[in-house]
Amino acid sequence: MRSPAPIRAAFGQALAEAWAGGAGALLPIGFFAGAAMLVPFTVGSEANQLAAIGTGVLWVALALASLVSMERLFQADLEDGTLELWAQEACPLFLIATAKIFAHWTVSGLPLVLLTPLIGITLQLPADQLLPAMLAYGLGGLAFFSWGGVAGALAASVPRGGLLIALLALPLFVPTAIFGALAAEPGAVGPNILFLAASTLFALAVAPFAASAALRLAVD
Amino acid sequence: MISIFANPHRFMKLSRWLAPACLVAGILLIAWSLWQALWVVPQDDYQGGDIMRAMFIHVPSAWLAMGSYMGLAVASFVWFIWRHELADMAAKSIAPIGAGYTAMCLATGAIWGKPTWGTWWLWDDARMMSVLLMFFLFLGYMALRAAMDTRQKAARAGAILAMVGAVNVPLIKFSVDIWASIHQSASVIRMDGPAMPAIYLTPLLIGALGHLIFFAALTLTLMRAEVWQRRGDVIMARKLAGG
Repeated sequence: MRSPAPIRAAFGQALAEAWAGGAGALLPIGFFAGAAMLVPFTVGSEANQLAAIGTGVLWVALALASLVSMERLFQADLEDGTLELWAQEACPLFLIATAKIFAHWTVSGLPLVLLTPLIGITLQLPADQLLPAMLAYGLGGLAFFSWGGVAGALAASVPRGGLLIALLALPLFVPTAIFGALAAEPGAVGPNILFLAASTLFALAVAPFAASAALRLAVD
Repeated sequence: MISIFANPHRFMKLSRWLAPACLVAGILLIAWSLWQALWVVPQDDYQGGDIMRAMFIHVPSAWLAMGSYMGLAVASFVWFIWRHELADMAAKSIAPIGAGYTAMCLATGAIWGKPTWGTWWLWDDARMMSVLLMFFLFLGYMALRAAMDTRQKAARAGAILAMVGAVNVPLIKFSVDIWASIHQSASVIRMDGPAMPAIYLTPLLIGALGHLIFFAALTLTLMRAEVWQRRGDVIMARKLAGG
């Protein structure tokens, strides 16, 4: 790795695209706020019911947010040739893939972590659950975006690959969703947050290499 | 050793008689175990009376569902490292058959579950969820291969996905087990209670062997079809090039 410039460029470009291509940071915030607002309408407004399922619904929203952004994760780079230039750089492709995944997590996953106190209070979550829930959404979001990145890289050369990405990534989301939901559950903070952290570390260890192998395939 | 069998000519020569032989042997063994299961074996009231005879299809298909995903992953690995084309053909052929056995496992399980557990489907049974996720892994693999525009790309993308899925399978299994042990209702009857008497075990094992051989026969047949298809493509390409 002679120069980290392509990595910084990939990260910065993804952030800039997200900023320019919509309402900036407001878009993901609006997505999560809207998803949370729908919960009382669909399941009823009783306080104990909301507290019981509110965090679970936000996990689904987080998974969907990662899937929505994954379709364009590498497709635009493939179409305009950026990916081919990256593949020829001295800097390893898996680091660039990691940078892109991190950038998309920052844009579409991190807002949920920051919004958790606000949404949590409106969904009747106990105050001492807010911090574990934020940690769980942060870790779980990283795992979602990593596996989503693999699926996005595999489907980069497939036109209209959004549904395919969802089918590829959802089974891989299961361990994170299970441990995350258990870790964010009211009352039971224990080994589950460690299991969640372990599954996230596993995703971070495996996904960049799989994604870079898939990107090489898309470039060829 | 792999290189000996990786030669397509040798494979075609061998599978020409091996595929039909496996087909006949598999069907005979399955027929014997079904005859035992449906007419000979006494019914077991503890497992819901006559409906427990579904076990003789259900359990072998569950074993094959798990085994075929491992086979898919190994074939993908061999192709990805050594680029033996037959390994890719094997992976491509295993996927639909494995998905079929997984679907059969889910269907017979639901049919068995309705009279014994009182429900077609339990969301909080770990093994049902694992098999369902396996089914989705197969579907994703087949959908990804179908979406790729060239054979080489389909093989590479499929191999990457199968290997990523395979390293995730233990994690998925572990997490689903943890989750089910929290949500599990105690009323579910477990098969692994007392050791199974030999009168059930023998037809079950023979049936499983029959399904395994039948599985091999189907895989070999699909692989042969794939070899013929590639040969046909080569002939077409030559004709087009030569005018």
